[in-house]
Amino acid sequence: MNLSRDNNAIISRNLKSYHPMDKNININVKVWRQKGPKEKGHFETYALKDISQGSSFLEMMDILNEQLINEGKDPVVFDHDCREGICGMCSLYINGHPHGPDEDITTCQLHMRKFNDGDTITVEPWRSAGFPVIRDLMVDRSAFDKIIQAGGYVSVNTGGVPDGNAIPIPKHIADEAMDAAACIGCGACVATCKNGSAMLFVAAKVSQLALLPQGQVERAKRAKAMVAKMDELGFGNCTNTGACEQECPKNISISHIARLNREYLKAKIKD
Amino acid sequence: MINKEDETVKVENNTTMTDNTIKLDSKIPKGPLAEKWSNYKATQKLVNPANKRRLDIIVVGTGLAGASAAASLGELGFNVLNFCIQDSPRRAHSIAAQGGINAAKNYQNDGDSVYRLFYDTIKGGDYRAREANVYRLAEVSNNIIDQCVAQGVPFAREYGGLLDNRSFGGAQVSRTFYARGQTGQQLLLGAYSALSRAVNKNQVKLYTRYEMVDLVIIDGRARGIIARNLVTGKLERFAAHAVVIATGGYGNTFFLSTNAMGSNGSAAWQCYKKGAYFANPCMAQIHPTCIPVHGEFQSKLTLMSESLRNDGRIWVPKKLEDAKAIREGKLRPTDIKEEDRDYYLERRYPAFGNLVPRDVASRAAKERCDAGYGVGTTGLAVYLDFADAIKRLGKDVVEARYGNLFQMYEKIVDDNPYETPMMIYPAIHYTMGGLWVDYELMTSIPGLFAIGEANFSDHGANRLGASALMQGLADGYFVLPYTIQSYLSDQIRVPRFSTDSPEFEEAEKGVNARMDRLMSIKGTHSVDYFHKKLGHIMWDFVGMAREAEGLKKAIGSLKELKREFWSDVRIPGEKNSLNVELEKAIRLADFIEIGELMAHDALDREESCGGHFRVEHQTEEGEALRHDDKFAYVSCWEYQGEEKDPVMYKEPLNYEFIERQQRNYKS
Repeated sequence: MNLSRDNNAIISRNLKSYHPMDKNININVKVWRQKGPKEKGHFETYALKDISQGSSFLEMMDILNEQLINEGKDPVVFDHDCREGICGMCSLYINGHPHGPDEDITTCQLHMRKFNDGDTITVEPWRSAGFPVIRDLMVDRSAFDKIIQAGGYVSVNTGGVPDGNAIPIPKHIADEAMDAAACIGCGACVATCKNGSAMLFVAAKVSQLALLPQGQVERAKRAKAMVAKMDELGFGNCTNTGACEQECPKNISISHIARLNREYLKAKIKD
Repeated sequence: MINKEDETVKVENNTTMTDNTIKLDSKIPKGPLAEKWSNYKATQKLVNPANKRRLDIIVVGTGLAGASAAASLGELGFNVLNFCIQDSPRRAHSIAAQGGINAAKNYQNDGDSVYRLFYDTIKGGDYRAREANVYRLAEVSNNIIDQCVAQGVPFAREYGGLLDNRSFGGAQVSRTFYARGQTGQQLLLGAYSALSRAVNKNQVKLYTRYEMVDLVIIDGRARGIIARNLVTGKLERFAAHAVVIATGGYGNTFFLSTNAMGSNGSAAWQCYKKGAYFANPCMAQIHPTCIPVHGEFQSKLTLMSESLRNDGRIWVPKKLEDAKAIREGKLRPTDIKEEDRDYYLERRYPAFGNLVPRDVASRAAKERCDAGYGVGTTGLAVYLDFADAIKRLGKDVVEARYGNLFQMYEKIVDDNPYETPMMIYPAIHYTMGGLWVDYELMTSIPGLFAIGEANFSDHGANRLGASALMQGLADGYFVLPYTIQSYLSDQIRVPRFSTDSPEFEEAEKGVNARMDRLMSIKGTHSVDYFHKKLGHIMWDFVGMAREAEGLKKAIGSLKELKREFWSDVRIPGEKNSLNVELEKAIRLADFIEIGELMAHDALDREESCGGHFRVEHQTEEGEALRHDDKFAYVSCWEYQGEEKDPVMYKEPLNYEFIERQQRNYKS
């Protein structure tokens, strides 16, 4: 067997897509530009040519930035990291939808095959009182960390815990807890909510830990503390429009909000 | 090199004198393998609670290792400062780990034990890891599962309510715990929750969107860092009694990798340039199951979890003409009859089949593609087929196990893997090399520690699947909180530092000068332009198959690239402001140098082991051929200055307890 150097890799560099149906398209990107939190923002439109539909949306943004840098302009600032839909860092409002027009994905998983030749694509930051703009499309979501810090955990120190199998959990309960725990903390639920409510985010964590036996001891305290922190940080109230569930890239169900409401009420009644 | 006196712990001096007469004391405790860690803990020096409050510890990074260490150290009473470059600790790239975490629980009654996990890890690492470290890792693996369950991590369960397991490569038992295809996410959120609690209790102070840009050394000890506030662009100084690096690996040297876009090797590289040894830099892991490369604007490669190899079967066509027809779009994989498919892993490795270790599976895929049997439009892909699993288990079961991965695949490739086999190809995924650490996880700079992927210690030349999560959490929850006290116990009389000292002043001046130099170049190409060039050089010459000639060529090309970068990069914006391009440029300057060191190390190691495959050194069957007589050592590189070649010291790997063998996954 001969393991020679990978000459073939060079071939692949000239290809654009996996899929035979993908074409190259020309588009206009209308992007929100804002220098800082207190500056006034505005839209700017940029023309992009020959974008492969096999590219991801953020690869298209990379190409736009490459173009801007080559023209001596400031690139567009946006948050992104893992580019596989799990870190929760990317956060764009695309054509009126958080994470764009595809379902059950984050912006980094959106591909250009969802757009057509000649389209103008509008890209905005998350807009919510709870998430101030830092620059362009980058927003400050540290409020989510603060809500978790208020009580989104089971208070156990490292060490001195029981054997993993000493806490049996029925499979359907573990599965439901996992459904809630799948939240990536991206903030799409807040961005899409007309009230700027963080209820789905808070509900996902409260629900996960209320379902599990490990979360029982602090169950009431947790629900109260997290809701109080959410209110304090300027997030709006929930009016059950269901938009959050619709736009959640991880399909977190609003049934968790119902559970949060029950948890919160039960806790308050005991006060 | 440190040679700290310690009356209570008798340490065996695994010392070697190289040409350069420097001592590398790995501080392996004496005694039988299974008792080393217990003995260490029983006799080590501790810091009492009142003194802990007076000691500051900086932890850089909030992944599994960083977050678990920061939370655990905070709980113990130390004053912890924890930094990350992302907007939240929960974004660290540990979150992307999919498949699972190993532990020697033997819940399946299939013959697992601490010893067997230790043995599999040493063997999987091709006998290039330290016995004592790996045994300790296997020992604490069980505590990790207990800890995570207690935190509310929703691991997969059996119908009876007990924890479920799956199999991973390189093992013949089922010891991998998982939470769907999102195990890394759930474990990180567990560590993040512990960290959040510590922040709430003022045990840890969190600095998000901060990037470490230099290490500060005072009187030979690590005493602080310079960090850049990524929002304001300003440099800030932070002092502490000890500094812990938990910033992950340097896989993005290759530009295209499964790492997150922000993952970088700069913190470790700054430590190297301040005198910490960099160990086994050439040992990088190529993961066999990633979605193949498609085009030049591609920004990253997406991993498909190794767990898929539990139920997926890997194949290419048996006939060259079928492979050609597939590449040209004339045939679909489903058109190829069963007897015309070559399940090459099952054919070559009957005992382990599709579950051979990653390095073996990656090379086997490359071998088939180089021989012309590759599929996809590029010919650089093989099939991972679930048709048999769907027949055997039903679509529902397959969906429950891998649904999110299948969805991820479909969104990228626009093909339905329930109906058409997935296409996969190897990609850079993890770096086994990293900062050299002793048994206490301390680098060669006193007071500087490295944990998780950032250190080199546990995986040898190849990491087994589901062991990165295990090592990150082992280091952070159960090892460092003990071992760091051995160092801190003689620091209790050292008062808090002022950051006005000349050492801080000088470090900050150095960083400023470097940034000024970068900003003043005003060249013609973007940072990414150079990063892609770096990636091509690395993949072509320092990738899956390396040979002396190519490595020498790479070293020359990298020198040239470095010169070009430093004279022609264009960074828009200002230095003292939010500037993403400047962040990338600082990291890329380091990546180029890391690439050089990787090539040097790969050239020096004239053998094949694990992920390091030298074409000149292979068995007749094309397997990695080690030369234990010459290369049974850790290569530890010491920085000598800008224009000088680094010096290498050797830490011999004395195997006291197990016998080295040619790895065999056939029978």
